[in-house]
Amino acid sequence: MDMIEIEGLSKKFGKLVAVDNISFRVPRGEIFGFLGPNGAGKTTTINILCTLLKPTGGRASVNGYDVIKERRKVQRSIGLVFQDPTLDDYLTADQNLRFHAYAYGVPASVRETRMQELMELVELQDRRKNKVSTYSGGMKRRLEIARGLLHHPSVLFLDEPTLGLDPQTRRRIWEHVLTLRQQEDLTIFLTTHYMDEAEHCERIAIIDNGRIIALDTPDNLKDALGGDLVTLEARDSQGAIAELKERYNISPEINDGMVTFSVPHGDTFLPEFVRGFHSGLISINVRRPTLDDVFLKLTGHAIRDQEVGMMDQMRMMMRSH
Amino acid sequence: MEEVFRGIWVIAYRDLLRFVQERTRAISSFAMPLLFLVIFGAGFNRVIGTMAPGVDFIQFIYPGIIAMTVLMGSLMSGLSVVWDREFGFLREVLVAPMSRAGIVLGKTAGTAVIALGQGFIMLILAPIVGVQLSPMLVVKLIPLLIIISVSLSGLGILVASRMRSQQGFQMLIQIIIMPLVFMSGVFFPVNNVPTWLEVASKINPLTYGVDAIRQVFLGVGSASAGGGYAIGVTVFGHTMSVLEDALVVVVLGAVLMTAAIVAFSKQE
Repeated sequence: MDMIEIEGLSKKFGKLVAVDNISFRVPRGEIFGFLGPNGAGKTTTINILCTLLKPTGGRASVNGYDVIKERRKVQRSIGLVFQDPTLDDYLTADQNLRFHAYAYGVPASVRETRMQELMELVELQDRRKNKVSTYSGGMKRRLEIARGLLHHPSVLFLDEPTLGLDPQTRRRIWEHVLTLRQQEDLTIFLTTHYMDEAEHCERIAIIDNGRIIALDTPDNLKDALGGDLVTLEARDSQGAIAELKERYNISPEINDGMVTFSVPHGDTFLPEFVRGFHSGLISINVRRPTLDDVFLKLTGHAIRDQEVGMMDQMRMMMRSH
Repeated sequence: MEEVFRGIWVIAYRDLLRFVQERTRAISSFAMPLLFLVIFGAGFNRVIGTMAPGVDFIQFIYPGIIAMTVLMGSLMSGLSVVWDREFGFLREVLVAPMSRAGIVLGKTAGTAVIALGQGFIMLILAPIVGVQLSPMLVVKLIPLLIIISVSLSGLGILVASRMRSQQGFQMLIQIIIMPLVFMSGVFFPVNNVPTWLEVASKINPLTYGVDAIRQVFLGVGSASAGGGYAIGVTVFGHTMSVLEDALVVVVLGAVLMTAAIVAFSKQE
């Protein structure tokens, strides 16, 4: 049995198809990334998995429990950190944690030690008695991660866990997530549109317009692009293209006057290529493809295009309070 | 069943905890009823004069104001649901393994405790107003205030289950609650008014809640209805007793509560 099993899952809101017949499985212990631009269906999928939304088609189970028929068991199996904070700002961190413990029926004997342990892990132990309204955005997120784990869930859902946070805080959140995963034997399901964060995942599903368009390890996804990415600038671009076709049977593309193509082993390809090149080389660059390149290739648009939409801006404003 | 009980006490616990921490809300909740009592009382007392033998205007509106305090306070159940939705905390509640019915009942319980406390604080004013308090009176008052509170909490949550913003909620509450309060006999007896107002008031279930509380305070009920009464509510010539009044409120409460639980349990 896999920790998360999704088969033919769909969700329609009226005419809008938010999730369109998706299927995948996440084995126990994996860090699974759900990648896609805003509005691609990531949050809708999470909301179905955590029982907040009912699917309009297909089935899904978490920890072996059906998300419609066994809601309570699903709820007990999962910890959640949503995109937007779900803390009570007027209460202290401890009061928020205790509320959670009561709500999930965590026995009193376990509760206090567990709270202590988790708050130490996310380095908030000396702010436990402070009201959450005095916390920064990053601290709130860490508190939510601690709270989400209070009832020993098997799966931790992180919906855009670092959206709107500065790079330093983002790195720290990730350190915490990775430590926790080791200590708690967790399966982690996260959504993100930060490609660098997706690199932490063992497998990635790329979702666009409600459909899964690729699912593999980050390395395999990048390898599928045909190896390393070469970008060169030449005095005679058309000559360069003809030359590449003739000598290596490569059909390059031209973007902004730069000739780009992929080769399996860029580092050994380069010296030989430069020696024999006749079309007036100005500059040349070889790099490993990133997930951004994968995304661009698969969807025809960059994931960052819509990155800072209206909603994000509003969210950041809300968070800065 | 365990899920229902856990829901009730966890939600009620948090609402109370939060109320204690928000002093401004605690204080502001007395401002309006107090204002009504002092200004209406002082303003109309001499103009209107005696309402019934031994009952002047301020003594007449005082029990009504207590009822009003409790019912306005109870509507806060809805506001807190909308508030939680707006600030995200509602998601934490909805993904927890608790039954939705438990959550609704918990909100109601928490709100009722607060509203009851607010109603009782208004009792401090009894000597100033010239109303005699007795232990028996207080004992009778508690169940009446509880059923009023539960009914109005139900109404608050019912409205809140469809509302996404506080502004929207507050506007709807103004539209619903102001007519309900003004046509519930808090400020005037509903028997001696133009027919349209009398009919509207007597259809309004709150009228019976207010009437029950007033009877408990002033003892003006069917017993003293010798013909010249002006205070007790009559329906088709029959003067309502406290028990009959209470029954109307209980039925209203059951209907609103059920509707609130159904509306709140609906999953998208």
